Amino acid sequence: MAPDIDSIAPTEAVADSIDLTPMPGETLVFDKPESLRSTLTHYCPGCHHGTAHRLVAELLDEMQLREKAIVIGSIGCSVFIYNYLDIDAVEAPHGRGPAAATGVKRARPDKFVFTYQGDGDLASIGMAEIMHAANRGERLSVVFVNNTVYGMTGGQMAPTTLIGQKTTTCPGGRCLEREGAPIRMAEIIASLGGVAYSARVSLDSVKNIRAAKKALRRAFEVQTEGVGFGFVELLSGCPTNWRMTPVQANNRIRTEMIPYFPLGVFKDVATLNTEGE
Amino acid sequence: MSRVLFLEERCKGCMLCAELCPVKIISQSPRINRQGYKAVEVLEMDKCTGCASCALICPDCAIRVFRSKKGGGE
Ligand SMILES: Cc1ncc(C[n+]2csc(CCOP(=O)(O)OP(=O)(O)O)c2C)c(N)n1
Ligand code: SF4
Ligand code: SF4
Ligand code: SF4
Ligand SMILES: [Mg+2]
Repeated sequence: MAPDIDSIAPTEAVADSIDLTPMPGETLVFDKPESLRSTLTHYCPGCHHGTAHRLVAELLDEMQLREKAIVIGSIGCSVFIYNYLDIDAVEAPHGRGPAAATGVKRARPDKFVFTYQGDGDLASIGMAEIMHAANRGERLSVVFVNNTVYGMTGGQMAPTTLIGQKTTTCPGGRCLEREGAPIRMAEIIASLGGVAYSARVSLDSVKNIRAAKKALRRAFEVQTEGVGFGFVELLSGCPTNWRMTPVQANNRIRTEMIPYFPLGVFKDVATLNTEGE
Repeated sequence: MSRVLFLEERCKGCMLCAELCPVKIISQSPRINRQGYKAVEVLEMDKCTGCASCALICPDCAIRVFRSKKGGGE
């Protein structure tokens, strides 16, 4: 029997009833952004989708984009993003986010349109859509959460799975000979003509989270300034499918992911820093 | 002079905040919230520096940070 949709609908956090009024002489220096709803998320403990949502919401607030923002949700653990961001949303079929976003942006060029996609969604089934949208230079921003697995479906191998990484579909570890090398999307996207900004950042530490927000801001700005396509790859943890604690997962990002997926800006039209040129 | 507030119902007990707190004052409480997780707590709040690292790393937006001016009166 199909589950009752109401029984799986997200619960509003009772947390909102907590008094956040500062005491005399105090200031509240960290609060939830308004664009992030207080709904509790279905994400596992330590999952970086929550961190990525918060950074996006903070920027929507700071750049005053909330009223004109439309997120194109994708298929993966972030499929319920429309429950978590307090903005308009369109859900795209698996991998088709950039195509749906192209339609939305061309129909409503006055809107701020971004996709939010996982690595299975963007780099596997949706490889054609992301490549062509980027190459056409659509005025879109892309938030790409690379956690090296298909999180939602139980941890199968993704195009980004590291060599030697064990998943349910490569239980002996990904093999270079058989499955090829993990795909570095930020570099590939940077090589395409219509791209204004492409960067890779990480969500494993406070320092990297701050840098991630800066990169996302640039990827949003190139759209609001009408310059071109903005892309940010966020190295993210999936503690559940990595069979790790959240603390171990953050360490894995540092010791295994970053060495293979280097952090940095691979293209920014503002500075014309294009790798290899 | 500073303090943190945990929204216990949001906390998932991931312990990322506890691991990175520079003064190591965050620990798991015995309380289980509606989501089924053991929320974290701070027992020695006077040691909090108000650095907000815990709030920045928290994937679930469960932490609020208050800072007061140094030497500020009651
Ligand atoms: C057309 C189609 N094929 C396959 C699936 C099954 N499916 C759902 S999510 C997913 C992969 C998600 O992985 P990723 O994009 O990396 O997101 P994550 O959950 O890791 O954030 C797959 C293959 C689907 N929903 N639709
Ligand atoms: S399975 Fe992985 S990506 Fe999905 S919610 Fe859990 S930790 Fe996050
Ligand atoms: S604000 Fe800094 S010192 Fe205070 S609990 Fe958080 S991490 Fe620890
Ligand atoms: S980081 Fe957030 S969710 Fe994780 S234990 Fe700390 S308060 Fe709880
Ligand atoms: Mg994934």
